[in-house]
Amino acid sequence: MENALINTNPGAIALNEIPVVDYNEFYDRCRSLLQHEQNHCLNYFGWPDGKKIRYFCLIADDKQHSIYVLSHVQPAGKTIQLKALSAEITAMQVFEREIHEKYGVDFTGHPWLKPLRYAFNRYDRSKTPTTYPFYSIASEELHQVGVGPVHAGIIEPGHFRFICNGENILHLEIQLGYQHRGIENLFVQHKALLQQAVLAEQIAGDTTIGHSVAYAGIAETLTHFAEPAPLGIIRSIALEMERIAIHIGDTAALCTDIAYQLGQISLEPLRTTVINTMLEWCGNRFGKGFIRPAGSHYYPDKKFLTLLRSNLNDISERFTEITARIYSLPGVLARFEECGMVSNEQVRQIGAVGMAARMSGLARDIRISHPSMAYKDTIISSVTFDSGDVLARGLLRKAEVIESINYIFRLIDQYNSLTDNKNLPEPDFNLSFRQNMLAIGLAEGWRGEICHTAITDDNGNIIHYKIKDPSLHNWMALALAVRKEEISNFPVNNKSFNLSYCGFDL
Amino acid sequence: MLREFKILRRHGIQYIPDLRNAKVSDNLTGRPVIDKAITAEEADMVKKVCPAGAINASPFSIDMGKCLFCKECSFMLPNRIRFTNDYKLASNRRENLIIRAGEDKPVQFSHHSVRPEIRRLFRHALKLRQVSAGGDNSCEMELNAAGNVNFDMGRYGIEFVASPRHADGIVITGPVSENMAKALKMTYDAIPEPKIIILAGVDAIRGGMFKNSKAINREFLALHRADLYVPGNPVHPLTFINGVLDLIGVK
Repeated sequence: MENALINTNPGAIALNEIPVVDYNEFYDRCRSLLQHEQNHCLNYFGWPDGKKIRYFCLIADDKQHSIYVLSHVQPAGKTIQLKALSAEITAMQVFEREIHEKYGVDFTGHPWLKPLRYAFNRYDRSKTPTTYPFYSIASEELHQVGVGPVHAGIIEPGHFRFICNGENILHLEIQLGYQHRGIENLFVQHKALLQQAVLAEQIAGDTTIGHSVAYAGIAETLTHFAEPAPLGIIRSIALEMERIAIHIGDTAALCTDIAYQLGQISLEPLRTTVINTMLEWCGNRFGKGFIRPAGSHYYPDKKFLTLLRSNLNDISERFTEITARIYSLPGVLARFEECGMVSNEQVRQIGAVGMAARMSGLARDIRISHPSMAYKDTIISSVTFDSGDVLARGLLRKAEVIESINYIFRLIDQYNSLTDNKNLPEPDFNLSFRQNMLAIGLAEGWRGEICHTAITDDNGNIIHYKIKDPSLHNWMALALAVRKEEISNFPVNNKSFNLSYCGFDL
Repeated sequence: MLREFKILRRHGIQYIPDLRNAKVSDNLTGRPVIDKAITAEEADMVKKVCPAGAINASPFSIDMGKCLFCKECSFMLPNRIRFTNDYKLASNRRENLIIRAGEDKPVQFSHHSVRPEIRRLFRHALKLRQVSAGGDNSCEMELNAAGNVNFDMGRYGIEFVASPRHADGIVITGPVSENMAKALKMTYDAIPEPKIIILAGVDAIRGGMFKNSKAINREFLALHRADLYVPGNPVHPLTFINGVLDLIGVK
């Protein structure tokens, strides 16, 4: 029996075309697929279907641009034991923790089967964030530093527990879940497409466009909607605008953390210009309201495209000038270079995606491996660095800002040269979804790979929705980065990743 | 050194001189205005579409405490509903956030009902502690932006601080997740009296899209009355700053 395959992004497959195999078979298939460098797991989750739980594992093949869908079924409502895939494929640990938390599956051989996000519908309600026994080392030489859930700045909550040897971090444990809003379940509760579209915008507000295009992909693939070229172009422009804005803002924040004020104050207004350009386009600085299924309210006119081009030109010049200064100052380099290094082997092991993979030589980028929207026809170049330190993450952001600006210029030219700009579709909230399907939508947000999955029932209603933010994998990269670093280097490392709490907690 | 000067010169003056009367883009999504000729049929139609249940059909009104500012109602009825670029949306009374058909006036601020100690003590310096309780990080980023070089609310002595012990009040974002309910209460309790509560964003004010989620626990907000409601999805820095200035009595 062959593995089921989805060949497009977004894409869908009928539930009855996904073979269900017994767990040993599932285990062997997953392991043999995941041993190849070109494959990695997009998501692995359970769907409670009556008295049983059906599990789906989605594995991306970056070279073939396709997605394998594997499945096994287990009884619901009781604790069962399964052999942990993560014993051999470490990157699976996070998915198995989620399944363990939700359905009580006891994965034997799992490296650390601890709670993930304390979801309201967890299997064991007696486990709470306040009773969690943090990892500890018994030694009089060591001390612990606990930070959070409420942090010192204006930032989302999470708990960081450091075990320090003097000034140096021996171990950092990151325990999240405080932001859990039960958003996946709301995609099932809210049947109206507009409600689902606005929910997607709130999965992680800093990745409004990224998550929204993943949802729009699901809605459109479930209705056979063919995205016209202009729609793909404007969505891609918005996605790159989001990347540019955050990368500039984070570069400013990196400067703040090392007290380089010129970098901070000169970059902050550049980010303001980027998000104010989004406001000019759609009325909202974060692009909320911009992405809608099956169409758009915001096909740009010539006047806006001229403004977009001139703003980006200005930003490009000033950003280049400022970052050239930042990354040549000995005082900056001394703080960034060889600080918070994560090796290529480590990022592979933890299944890092997006920026956190590309900073250390792992070229994972959905825009290249599973392109949708404008990325299908107009290739963007994906930048990678090798050193895996704060400097690599800073330089990666710098390079991506420039690449994204140039990419948007190319898309503006294309948009202007399109001749069939008449009768472009407006959003459609009255679509009915195909029944009994599993649909998947992938997007490369500024942090990395976003994966949405939906399952529909006999009436075409969504009965299960699964979201993966890149932070699900990448928090582990932060925990590894700060090992052996001075604890005073934690902020600059944290900022260099800038991971999502609500995207992780859902 | 010369390069730094060059960068600074190009940087120019970035701050907004007058935050009370700042000019913004016509396209900013602000206070809605509803034509009083809106028919019952039209009202019903947009009420059904509104994702947040912010619309009351009869008499017709939009509740900015629930509104996500997605503008879908105005796309359906462009001649009846439009969103102006008026960003002064905040008020100290929840009911002032409800915009009725036929009204086109600034959002009311009930100055007489502000607790007198707020103006006596916080007018020249207000230190705030921010707690994100299930916020999606967009409101949080906008609150950060309120202190950046463009908006610079620090000029009024308004500042976010790192400890509740240093704070005069709390700014809550997010619908208040169950898992944050305890930490929110602990933070509020740690702030010395007298103290204020500001709800920033649609999630905090009414739960937004999350109000029926089982992962939410809004008990804290049932027990405490907010001193300021700042609508938005997310709140615009100018909306937040002007709301706070109204509250502490800065002209």
